[in-house]
Amino acid sequence: MVEVNLWSGLRALADGKDKVEVEATTVGEVLDGLVKAHPGLKDAIDAGVSVAVDGRVIASSLTEPIRPDSEVFLMQRLKGG
Amino acid sequence: MALDSLKSEGFKQVGTRPDRPDGFDKVTGRAKFGADATAPGMLHAAIVRSPHAHARITRIDTSKAEALTGVKGVVTRADFATGLKGENWNILENVMAGDTALYDGHAVAAVAATSPLIARDAAKLIEVEYEILPHVTDVDEAMAEGAPVIREGAADKSVPPGLHPNVVRYHESGHGDVDKGFAEADLVIEDHFRTEATHQGYIEPHACLATLGGDGKGELWCCTQGHWNVQKICSALLGLETSQLRVTASEIGGGFGGKTTVFIEPVALALSRKTNKPVKLVMSRSEVFRATGPTSSTSMDVKIGMKKDGTITAAQGVFRLQGGAFPGAPCEFTAMCAFAPYALKNVHQVGYDVIANRPKQAAYRAPGSPMAAFAVESVIDELCGQLGLDPIETRLKNASKRGTKASFGPTFDQIGLVETLEAAKAHPHYSAPLKPGQGRGISCGFWFNHGGETAVSLALSEDGTAQLAVGTPDIGGSRASMALMAAEELGIPYENIRVTIADTATLGYNEVSHGSRVTYASGLATIEAARDAVKKLCARAAAKWGIPEDAVKWENGCAVPSGPNAGDFDPLPIDQITKRMGATGGPIVGHFEATPEGAGVSFATHIVDAEVDPETGKTSVVRYTVVQDAGKAIHPTYVEGQFQGGAAQGIGWALNEEYIYGEDGRLQNAVFLDYRIPVASDLPMIDTVIVEVPNPGHPYGVRGVGETSICPPLAAIANAVSAAAGVRLHELPMSPPRILTALEKQRDG
Repeated sequence: MVEVNLWSGLRALADGKDKVEVEATTVGEVLDGLVKAHPGLKDAIDAGVSVAVDGRVIASSLTEPIRPDSEVFLMQRLKGG
Repeated sequence: MALDSLKSEGFKQVGTRPDRPDGFDKVTGRAKFGADATAPGMLHAAIVRSPHAHARITRIDTSKAEALTGVKGVVTRADFATGLKGENWNILENVMAGDTALYDGHAVAAVAATSPLIARDAAKLIEVEYEILPHVTDVDEAMAEGAPVIREGAADKSVPPGLHPNVVRYHESGHGDVDKGFAEADLVIEDHFRTEATHQGYIEPHACLATLGGDGKGELWCCTQGHWNVQKICSALLGLETSQLRVTASEIGGGFGGKTTVFIEPVALALSRKTNKPVKLVMSRSEVFRATGPTSSTSMDVKIGMKKDGTITAAQGVFRLQGGAFPGAPCEFTAMCAFAPYALKNVHQVGYDVIANRPKQAAYRAPGSPMAAFAVESVIDELCGQLGLDPIETRLKNASKRGTKASFGPTFDQIGLVETLEAAKAHPHYSAPLKPGQGRGISCGFWFNHGGETAVSLALSEDGTAQLAVGTPDIGGSRASMALMAAEELGIPYENIRVTIADTATLGYNEVSHGSRVTYASGLATIEAARDAVKKLCARAAAKWGIPEDAVKWENGCAVPSGPNAGDFDPLPIDQITKRMGATGGPIVGHFEATPEGAGVSFATHIVDAEVDPETGKTSVVRYTVVQDAGKAIHPTYVEGQFQGGAAQGIGWALNEEYIYGEDGRLQNAVFLDYRIPVASDLPMIDTVIVEVPNPGHPYGVRGVGETSICPPLAAIANAVSAAAGVRLHELPMSPPRILTALEKQRDG
């Protein structure tokens, strides 16, 4: 299981939780697992998110590997100027 | 990335300062910008824009315009795709109004004619009837009870119940217990700050030339930061197959984030489809101000607690961003960047994305971060002042470093904030004496940086030179940096590499030139494509020598045996391999296509000296030093240019630039005479210090540098001005009238 940290604004969509455990070995599986556990998160995830894995912000790649002890944060999708 | 692919020393070309490859074209006028393209039979277009801040469109009559000699076609919203959703719908609604004009300058119709003059005359003949609606342009007023609702149902599910419908997105993050942290502080300061919207101020207005036939095949030439994105959006807005629209990026006269989306390109394509002629569309400066994307305006509350020794015990911020009539103001970035420079046990940040009757905001260098730094670094400065602490020592005491849990959540890897602070402290500027009436300001700043989808192709010519095709428009000197990196890998002179910005039919998808990603991502792709070409060169040499491929290595532009056991062969130079490549296996081309995900975050520290004239309220910036972590500076002159450019734009944002709206909701200063960007005489020489703390996610350690340089200036200048004036300034721009008002209030007690 991987512990995924949500930003606080998502708590209302995840039954009040800001940490959710999912079965995942990749970024894509994390996102799928979150929607399966809390369907209310689907719109926020579909709108675009990044996933920080051990401090590295993964903006797009769903195949990026994740270890069970990885530090995982869901973040809003990065854009820039 | 494999460790053996990393290179940190022994560079022969990277880090040098060769002439820019685009310099000759630009100084001789040969470079082709957006408005420089022409085509046989080309028409010229003009756009009809709403004179109202908020109005229902009840009737559009185009008959008089269409009857004018020379007019070939008119388009309205009916000429675009229907059934769009999400951001595509927002962009279409912004490009051409549907049933409601949402801001002064919102496009409602467009006309194509045989000359620009006829097009402009025809635009005046298009009759539009409006039912004027109540409007709101201020962020706090737009959130207040009773404010006119811009669009019902625009909010997403992140918004807590009970907020005004104009609040369309909500962000909240942080960790620890801020109440406990504030209780531990010796001093707590809470303050309110505001910033006005500013424009990127790129010198080249948006311009394009579009050709689209009834067969759905099109060509588009435009000035943009990302032509694949233009291709994707325009195809959606016009109902085209993406691959049937080929988009070519012109030279670009500045973008800074403002050219990461579309404004006129879909309109020109729609007119071309309607008239079956090429259509050229060039914005006036007034149209650029009224109808492209400035920054958000903000209203912010920041509270920070500090111990007497300078330790920050807690920090919280509320950031309200007005982003025009559509969702998208970067409230989450403002919130996440706000406290990122500091290692905080207790931190909490909230962001609100608020819509109002203004043009749809667009990115502007590190979108959202400069405003946050203005508020946060002002409060830190005030705390240091009241506690008698040195501003750099205090920031060093609290600085984020490797292993720090960032204010927005994850743990930082290798970062360079401490190094920028140490370099700033050691710089002669920091210890130089100030004259009477002058003040010194310090600020740190943070930006994430980005990778993104990237494709690069490097083709070798028969003479051993190379043609490098990249897909990221050169907005800051990237062609020079790409050529240096390719030259480094190939071992050939910088001048032997020609870098081209390829069109959308030539390479795979390339994300926009944004997020300070180009030297990082296209650079990484260039290095990998060159290594791919080198591998193929070595294979040709191995075949010639009759030895295994792994018995050949590449040194100084030649294939050589990898060791004494590989055989005794003279070095085989690149041109000796390429001149026979057609007969030894065909063209040699290196490729790389991927989504690099290792963009390292970046920090900067700025030092500013300012002088305030108490009679006029005018501020003069008398000395400015930028210290920033570049990871590895590929072409240091361009890196310094990015540092200076961010500081110069920050000076304008801090002191003079602002969108001024009248009571009628119309923009009052839509020309450069009334919207004052800095000119050379407003600026001091901006000194630069390049710090290099390598990014582990890039083969040479590169971090993006284009955006972080605009994060600290607003705060650093505000701190300098406040010190010089003897009164804290809470609102930008710190224009002479605002400074005089602050001085008068202080005198009046």
